[in-house]
Amino acid sequence: MFAQVIASGLLLGFVYSLVAIGLTLVWGVMDIINFAHGEFLMIAMYSAFWMYSLVNLDPLVSLPIVAVLVFGVGVLTYKLIIKRVIDAPGLTALLATFGLSLFIRNLAQFLWSPNYRFIGDCFVSDKKVMLGPVVVGLPQLVAAIGSIIMTLLVFYFIQRTKTGRAIQAAALDRNTAKLMGIDTEKVYALTFGLSGACVGVAGALMASFFPVSPDAGVLYSLLAFVIVALGGFGNISGALYGGLIIGLAEALGGYYIGTEFKYAIVFLIYLLVIQVRPKGLFGW
Amino acid sequence: MMPKPMLEIKNVTMKFGNLVANQDVSFTVNKGEIVSLIGPNGAGKTTLFNCITGFYKPYSGKIIFDGEDITGKTPYYVAKLGLTRTFQIVKPLKDMTVKENILTGAFLRNPVRAQAEKVAQEILEIVHLTDKSDILAGSLTIADKKRLEIGRALATDPKMLMLDEAMAGLNQTEIKEAMDLCLKLRDEGITLLIVEHIMEAIMPISDRVVVLNAGKKIADDVPEKVTNNEEVIKAYLGERYHAKSKKS
Amino acid sequence: MKKSKISPLIIILLVILVLPFIKADINFQHMLIIFLIFAGLGEAWNLITGFAGQTSFGHAAFFGIGAYTSTILFYKFSISPWVGMLVGIAVSTLVAAFVSYPCFKLKGHYFAIATMAIAEITKQLFISWDYVEGATGIMIPIVDESLASMQFHTSKIPYFIIAYCLFVISILIANYIEKNRMGFYLKAIRESNEAAESIGINTTVYKLYAMMVSAALSAAFGTLYAQYILYIDPFMLFSLDISMKIVLLTVLGGLGNIYGPIIGAAILIPLSEYTRIFFGGTGKGIDLIIFGALIVVVACFEPRGILGAFKKKRKVERGAYDAKANA
Repeated sequence: MFAQVIASGLLLGFVYSLVAIGLTLVWGVMDIINFAHGEFLMIAMYSAFWMYSLVNLDPLVSLPIVAVLVFGVGVLTYKLIIKRVIDAPGLTALLATFGLSLFIRNLAQFLWSPNYRFIGDCFVSDKKVMLGPVVVGLPQLVAAIGSIIMTLLVFYFIQRTKTGRAIQAAALDRNTAKLMGIDTEKVYALTFGLSGACVGVAGALMASFFPVSPDAGVLYSLLAFVIVALGGFGNISGALYGGLIIGLAEALGGYYIGTEFKYAIVFLIYLLVIQVRPKGLFGW
Repeated sequence: MMPKPMLEIKNVTMKFGNLVANQDVSFTVNKGEIVSLIGPNGAGKTTLFNCITGFYKPYSGKIIFDGEDITGKTPYYVAKLGLTRTFQIVKPLKDMTVKENILTGAFLRNPVRAQAEKVAQEILEIVHLTDKSDILAGSLTIADKKRLEIGRALATDPKMLMLDEAMAGLNQTEIKEAMDLCLKLRDEGITLLIVEHIMEAIMPISDRVVVLNAGKKIADDVPEKVTNNEEVIKAYLGERYHAKSKKS
Repeated sequence: MKKSKISPLIIILLVILVLPFIKADINFQHMLIIFLIFAGLGEAWNLITGFAGQTSFGHAAFFGIGAYTSTILFYKFSISPWVGMLVGIAVSTLVAAFVSYPCFKLKGHYFAIATMAIAEITKQLFISWDYVEGATGIMIPIVDESLASMQFHTSKIPYFIIAYCLFVISILIANYIEKNRMGFYLKAIRESNEAAESIGINTTVYKLYAMMVSAALSAAFGTLYAQYILYIDPFMLFSLDISMKIVLLTVLGGLGNIYGPIIGAAILIPLSEYTRIFFGGTGKGIDLIIFGALIVVVACFEPRGILGAFKKKRKVERGAYDAKANA
């Protein structure tokens, strides 16, 4: 049973990691807390859902479309809103992103009602897979594998491509990056887009086994905040490991202590870790 | 009369990982003295300041202020005892006015606002900032920020003041003013420990000069003797220059 | 100069006091009560975040603890909510001291996320705590209206008066702190922790004081809110939305200034209450769509907060003076 719990925790953890990586990118590069990150995820889930129920596209097929779509949402958010508040003092940017999250969440409720919706019958639905001694749901397994692939792509992009290095440079020091001839404007828009693409992929994968609703993103953005802080702000590997830790904590806590306490345990773990590592596990 | 020690540094060593920033440094500052702490960049002066004022906990050694062991005590505790410092990279309370900055310092000994205001007015006069008292500290020039830094420290009514490069970046007139201020403070009974690079400014006003090089103390004497100390000249001007000047 | 800072405050307070009598409309009076509660919460939050610079995203926890403490005492033991309010203040202050002390070594966002985590843990605990009816929440038993029971069924005016008194108390406390040593110390901590320590300020202790006062005030408003709504549940009280509403209105009005929360609440609360009254009936969240959009618009076009917009003007004047002085 222990192995079973660990397996499901890890699978969930990889998805959490991907959501958190999207958040930490924006946070690290622009020093902006995107409270609408969870809503981006929700948009992704709805997109997958509607493509499934309207044109019968399997979430796995619509995934790239969803990723591109939410990439666009990210870029648009940057161009229309973030650009104007990025230099504002203190908590103004947060005001804007929180307003945006209220707007998107309630717009979704207005358009599509607060009802839970499910993708009942897609390629991965209701299938189980034996992995040695443990049985895992195919949707969860596919979601984890998909998340790992996307995470690797993000890593590759940031570390190995020229644009990725420009993003890193802008994260370190915006003004110097500008002096070195980096178009920070473009880098920021791209970062926001990339952040959107991360939740785009995560959302499309999650839609096949999580209910889709206007509030679907709230909990995950909360968890993503904690994961990002746990790993160290702006640290991509931190977000990856943080996601796995939180996924495991949720699974183990839920199983051994009680499902009703699993999120309390997750948050408690953050508070405990931060006592020992005040800047997160991988913060400096 | 025997000089009474105000600050005693006893065998202080400070390490960051493998990097030794201060190695077995010992010296004493007596009551009513102006002592300068000099040395090339990276000699460990600011690190020593941080150890004395509680921002770092020394790896080993002891620091005694006015008879009390303050090794590893917190910065606010050290300040409350009467040992206040300024910062090399000035830390003005940016979104507060000049007067509010100084007032904040004055609250340490004067919990009641009216008293603190009075002290703040006096300090503003002393550091020549009276006419700028309502300007936000963040918008001051660097010279004024340095003045403000000294003023805020002075407002805590310290027994001893430690100035970390308070004159760097000032012009000739401003340096002269700063020198006069140091002498005036000493006459009022405040002991001073000054880290400074500008030799012309500190040599004339210092009672003693302590020289650090690569974390170690290499000299501790009256200014005239320190300037002629071979090791000091070597440390400052480098071996080659030293050798050349000897030949000629 | 100091005198002139007090008088506008008194005018504002007097205007607020006469408003419900000038316009004796139930919706308007309701809006005023909510306004006072949130402006007061903003004042409380401003102490720790605006003054001391420690961003809290978890003030709903203190608000909720205040509401729950008095409600439990009233519901289970028929103890007057006034006593409950005092107990709630005590509990909330203790909890604040206990949980925030270890967090003060955290900087910036790490502290903010920690406060959010604390509020979430509190919520989860209340959800699964059967003694306080868990997720179902508590319907506060309706009793005859009286001051002692803090319940009034025929008019909203008594609620308004209580909210007004609590609000004035929080203004007085905030004003006292701002004008005296503690306010200067908190601002010094916000501007530079190291500079503050160097002039003898025990930064941890002062942050702790600010947090405790802030939590105490938030708890008092929590009790009033519970008695006013007569129903509480963990989702409503401990939600991130409540924490963020407090943050939003203060940031909107202006951080670190006692007028900020008043101005911010005066804009946001009527906005959210009236959009709710006009569009809320549809149950489709139009009110919050408009509310959210307006927040975004305000943030984009007045990024310094309403007070900041005025200050900017003043700074230009000051800058001119500065230039002259340096010339």
